[in-house]
Amino acid sequence: MLAYIVRRILYAIPILIGVNVITFALFFAVNTPNDVARMQLGVKRVTPQAIEEWKREHGYDKPLFYNAARSGLARLTDTIFFQKSVRLFAFDFGRSDSGRDIGADIRQRMWPSLAIAVPVFIVGLLTNITMALLIVFFRATYLEVSAVVLTVVMMSISSLFYIIAGQFLIGKLMHLVPISGYSGGLSAFKFLVLPVAVGVISGIGSGTRWYRTIFLEEFGKDYVRTARAKGLSELRVLFRHVLKNGMVPILTGAVVILPLLFTGNLILESFFGIPGLGSYTIDAIQGQDFAIVRSMVFLGSVFYIVGLLLTDISYTLVDPRIRLR
Amino acid sequence: MVKPVFLWTDTLLYVLVAAVAVLVWYVRRHEHLRAPWREVFRNRMGVAAMVVLAAYVTVGLLDSVHFRLPLESSAAGGERYSGQVLSVLDLLLTPLRTHQEETYSAPLATRLYSKETVRLPDGRDVRIYPRLRFGGAQLRDPARDRLPDIERTILRGVGFALLVWGALAAVVILVLARRHRWAPRAALQRVLAGRTDYPVHVALYTAGALILFASVTGHLAVHYHVFGTDKVGQDVFYETLKSIRTGLVIGTLTTLVMLPLAIVLGITAGYFRSWVDDVIQYIYTTLNSIPGVLLIVGAILMLEVYMANHPGDFQTVIARADLRLLFLCIILGITSWTGLCRLLRGEALKLRELDYVQAAQAFGVGHTKILARHILPNVMHIVLITVVLDFSGLVLAEAVLTYVGVGVDPTTYSWGNMINGARLELARDPVVWWSLAAAFLFMFGLVLSANLFADAVRDAFDPRAGGGRRGG
Repeated sequence: MLAYIVRRILYAIPILIGVNVITFALFFAVNTPNDVARMQLGVKRVTPQAIEEWKREHGYDKPLFYNAARSGLARLTDTIFFQKSVRLFAFDFGRSDSGRDIGADIRQRMWPSLAIAVPVFIVGLLTNITMALLIVFFRATYLEVSAVVLTVVMMSISSLFYIIAGQFLIGKLMHLVPISGYSGGLSAFKFLVLPVAVGVISGIGSGTRWYRTIFLEEFGKDYVRTARAKGLSELRVLFRHVLKNGMVPILTGAVVILPLLFTGNLILESFFGIPGLGSYTIDAIQGQDFAIVRSMVFLGSVFYIVGLLLTDISYTLVDPRIRLR
Repeated sequence: MVKPVFLWTDTLLYVLVAAVAVLVWYVRRHEHLRAPWREVFRNRMGVAAMVVLAAYVTVGLLDSVHFRLPLESSAAGGERYSGQVLSVLDLLLTPLRTHQEETYSAPLATRLYSKETVRLPDGRDVRIYPRLRFGGAQLRDPARDRLPDIERTILRGVGFALLVWGALAAVVILVLARRHRWAPRAALQRVLAGRTDYPVHVALYTAGALILFASVTGHLAVHYHVFGTDKVGQDVFYETLKSIRTGLVIGTLTTLVMLPLAIVLGITAGYFRSWVDDVIQYIYTTLNSIPGVLLIVGAILMLEVYMANHPGDFQTVIARADLRLLFLCIILGITSWTGLCRLLRGEALKLRELDYVQAAQAFGVGHTKILARHILPNVMHIVLITVVLDFSGLVLAEAVLTYVGVGVDPTTYSWGNMINGARLELARDPVVWWSLAAAFLFMFGLVLSANLFADAVRDAFDPRAGGGRRGG
């Protein structure tokens, strides 16, 4: 088990290097370091000296991938790519192109992101499982048919519609909660209710359908027939047997998104004006702040890989037949 | 004569249509391929969804035949053409396209939505809601005549729709009667009771609803703005109809782009195992671990810079916007092929152990031939299911991406652009809701029918009935 985890972590390193190569290539195919400097310095103070100065300060005064002027290994290490990437691996994000401390920003903005993503995740999971159980319990009735149609309909509505309709109905017409914004502490609650509700509702359609197929698959298995043959009531079969066994694929499937909750929800955060990591990323994209984008991509990849690892581990925990080698 | 214009996405759509036609021809000749399709056509939901999709596709294809009209003053010398690129749909919708108002106006309104200062004939300035230039312009006294006129128009629309639908139903029933050698009357009864091989009555009812909608809106649209007008006075109904093509292009061309990559890499990884598998797995894990939106953002920024540096490559605004649309499809394809690739790899891993593949290997059949003859045909149902399931997700993704600012060009008609433009107008008082409503309604229609169709296809093709992956 331990050997497996260590091997997986080592395997992550080439993936992260690959991710960095792609982000660098994409970004610098668009902007040369000179462009970046010019943008950050603004229109007024742009002189060739100022640009050189800025590039030296921020470490952009080297070749991108290959330094022909040096010799030996330094040809590869004395480049923008190497210098900037190595620090990322130590989770030292450095300063953004506009001079802010990215590490501090991320630590500060992580909490609003989590404050949205965690409730959406938990409430969403509970709602979807309950709905799916109800649908499965009432299977082969008109209730099931209409519920299934309802999930398809809900799935076909754009998430933007849920956001806009929610803001308009609850925020503007009924004045129950503020339309957007955020504040720390307990008063955050009234800012979070609406985004969380919208996040949960927009996920009901696809989530419920997915869990329904899982439960239906369980219903076809032999142990269900055995349980019924023993004379167990349908409710008992559902909760004691099907739910328990169905939770295995559901939970292992949910584990993979757990780490990604940290990076926040781009759309919800920017629509509701919540200062989390999602809106941080969007702002950085629009301001073309490469240092932030690079850090967020790196962070996202790390979390993704951690999620895959957690999935594998959770499989062994819930199903002892699976051994990791 | 008109001068045809072939945009990149047009050409690719034609290729796609040709490919679908070839596929249909091929499937019809092979019984084992026809059987699951017959299942799809027997599914009532599937048939209704197909009729609606067909309507969307028709509008989209009409909007994909582009040309430039000759200028009228060109009689003297050689032919000269207008700079404006039009499509067949534009010609059909000429009244909608040209009825441009000043600014916002509500659906079926006769006056502008906001007050403006107007100079009366006697020289005084007053602030009133001015009459629209086209909306209800034929009415003498809008306050009194508007509602009766709208009612009359709707009735005319309903009547026309009944005529057209009746004719269509009669033709369908007569064809059925001829094919099965039924008496026409018996055929009618069978269709009404649903006692036909395929649910013809469902198709007819769906078509009837569509014809009714088209006829009523069509009759109204001659004199009114059915869905109002937007900020610059453009008819919203026209905008949302034009957006259909963008949605279809994104939903179909993206999969066209990603299919070869996903299929080739997926089945080779699963079939060859060893280092090939390692390399391909490395590629897709790396691509997958980059948040998709960021990858798209990077690529779109790159394109914008390229376009800014090479303005000479694009003759018209529409060609430029079209290239951006195509590029968006390509980049969406690159970010979304990994899921299918992983599925195909898993399936190929299973297939390579099966007896017939082992037998082929023992006979010394080459790898390429095994892949093409034994592996590929047996994973095609996965490909098909993925393609139809992905379609609706891509249509929805367009709106979100456009909101983030990395979607289609701002000059392209798309639901994302409509929503984005109208989003802030909800803060006005009274509310401007019609742009949003029209965009969401038409997007919903397309996505819903695509989802229902996808369900029907999956039920028919997936051997594990009811099982499957998360849709949409």
